[in-house]
Amino acid sequence: MASVSETHPANKPNPARWLVVAVPYLWLLLFFVAPFLIIFKISLSETAIAMPPYTPLFEGFGAFGDFVSELDLDNYLFLTDDPLYIEAYLSSLRIAVISTFLLLLIGYPMALAMARAPTMLRPTLVMLVILPFWTSFLIRVYAWIGILKPDGLLTLLFQSVGLLGADDQVQIFRTDYAVFVGIVYSYLPFMVLPLYAALEKMDNTLLEAASDLGCPPWKAFWKITFPLSLPGVIAGSMICFIPITGEFVIPDLLGGADTLMIGKTLWTEFFGNRDWPLASAVAVILLIMLVVPIMIFQNQQKKVA
Amino acid sequence: MAKSLGPVKRKFSPWTDPSAVPFIRFENITKRFGDFTAVDNLTLDIYEREFFSLLGPSGCGKTTLMRMLAGFEEPTEGRILLQGKDISGVPPYRRPTNMMFQSYALFPHMTVEKNIAFGLEQDNLPKGEITTRVEEMLKLVKLEQFAKRKPNQLSGGQRQRVALARSLAKRPKVLLLDEPLGALDKKLREETQFELMDLQTKLGLTFLIVTHDQEEAMTVSDRIAVMDKGLIMQVATPAEIYEAPNSRYVADFIGDINILEGTVASTGSALGAPGTVRIDCEGIAVSVEQECQAVVGDKVAFAVRPEKVRISPDQPADTSVNAVYGEVWDIGYLGDFSVFLVKLADGRVVRAAQANVSRLVDRPITFGDMVWLTWPLDAGLVLTR
Repeated sequence: MASVSETHPANKPNPARWLVVAVPYLWLLLFFVAPFLIIFKISLSETAIAMPPYTPLFEGFGAFGDFVSELDLDNYLFLTDDPLYIEAYLSSLRIAVISTFLLLLIGYPMALAMARAPTMLRPTLVMLVILPFWTSFLIRVYAWIGILKPDGLLTLLFQSVGLLGADDQVQIFRTDYAVFVGIVYSYLPFMVLPLYAALEKMDNTLLEAASDLGCPPWKAFWKITFPLSLPGVIAGSMICFIPITGEFVIPDLLGGADTLMIGKTLWTEFFGNRDWPLASAVAVILLIMLVVPIMIFQNQQKKVA
Repeated sequence: MAKSLGPVKRKFSPWTDPSAVPFIRFENITKRFGDFTAVDNLTLDIYEREFFSLLGPSGCGKTTLMRMLAGFEEPTEGRILLQGKDISGVPPYRRPTNMMFQSYALFPHMTVEKNIAFGLEQDNLPKGEITTRVEEMLKLVKLEQFAKRKPNQLSGGQRQRVALARSLAKRPKVLLLDEPLGALDKKLREETQFELMDLQTKLGLTFLIVTHDQEEAMTVSDRIAVMDKGLIMQVATPAEIYEAPNSRYVADFIGDINILEGTVASTGSALGAPGTVRIDCEGIAVSVEQECQAVVGDKVAFAVRPEKVRISPDQPADTSVNAVYGEVWDIGYLGDFSVFLVKLADGRVVRAAQANVSRLVDRPITFGDMVWLTWPLDAGLVLTR
């Protein structure tokens, strides 16, 4: 009876286990690494009037020498030259940061109310949060045009309750405000669900214990509830922040001409200017911008735990 | 008063002093949850420095009663007085009570140290004093070297100690313990029970403990309240509860007991006076020496604890009273005790327990043996309720 763990079957190398582990890696390889490498390759080539519209870079292993010598970083250098791109990146980050903050502000109380609701009611509330997904995302954003446009439903509502005169109109359509409204609306479920998951499993006797030890409820929220929901806060923020940074549809449909977001720039480069190499470079930078901070953050988290 | 009931743990009995002012008073407390009455018009006094137990099966209202004292529930009717002051409507965070939760409810994101300091920080004590008190508490529960650990890095016993330290750190007037030792194994539980008693005496606090474990209640308490369905059945010292239960319910709930239903045949004295009561338990003649609470013809129960019943293969001199004859039907060997289940001719089963005082027995009683069970006059009880 030496050590049980040494002979435990779970610790023996087992081919079936490797197969299970391999599936997600294979998935990542096929649908993340491979497309990324293709995009990265395109970003290093030049535009050409051809189909596809860029010079081929890699044609067999015999041409490897040519491949290396023909690599050029012109596209990346161009991105730093033109302030438009830097501004678009910064503006995207700004909109994503503000939106994520607004989402937390609105999503947290919602998730908290759901988690504290009677057990019987909770599945219904979760269903209500998910329900909008049953309609196409695009249609829902279009619906907001109908609400936000100057002669839209919002104006009618304000006029009917007397907040606005008969000739006045709500002037937020095609501004950044409309973009925030659209983003917060669209991403709210992605914020609420992870928060709810974290809050729902919290033990309520912890709050009783805090109260018993002399901590009033509002203080107990910041000392107990919020710290314990941090994994949900982080997960929700990540899930929202990352796609918002690259968001294209919402700023395109609800934003104005001066709403600068990198997703829109990317689209213009690809389809407006047909400059695939430059567009690819924009995409690569965007990816690095998002992936690097996340990796640093996750490393920190590991050290803390 | 020549005889008294069982051993006396300590010279402490304010409840016998009519001039003593109760520290906590539950006054006609009723608590309803919808249609369900958890606590039913209950009045109870608890005295300062008392170690008081609420004992009962789950759902008897004992936890609700404690939660009302902590402030997590408000009574539907009645009031709770703490040192003579009505504490209704005072939120839990302003009550001078602290509770040790059944689940311990340790804050998982804080270290042991931080958990213990939590209550003190709420009182805005100076940093230095908090540190001193936390150290004091860690020493008290012998967890000095675990100060920097998180609760999930501790064993069940250690967590229980942290919970105790946290609830004691504020030096509450009343410490409430909700099934505090439920999660511990038997050995550790017994050890901790004695430590709790030690602590209580050392710190001079009032302890109120909720438990369904009668042994635990007997071991630690000065007095026990046995509860059933929102009512208090009996409040008394452990020895009184065990030796003089006031009802079939209490007698049956606490420990092992033989209960024989019967009719009073004769009483040796007037109602309320000491004397010998004779009961006819469907063919078994029983005599009990105690204060008579019944008159001839009353339906009563005769109760006798198994350890007070003598078992012997030899016929006793007098078989007319307090003696039954039957066959050994089952034997439970508990190590220190053996319990014999003896089946009488009419099918009733009477239990007798015998201490295993010597390792080797000349003539062991075994299955199928015909035996006599006898008990002295002062062993049994007449239960009228």
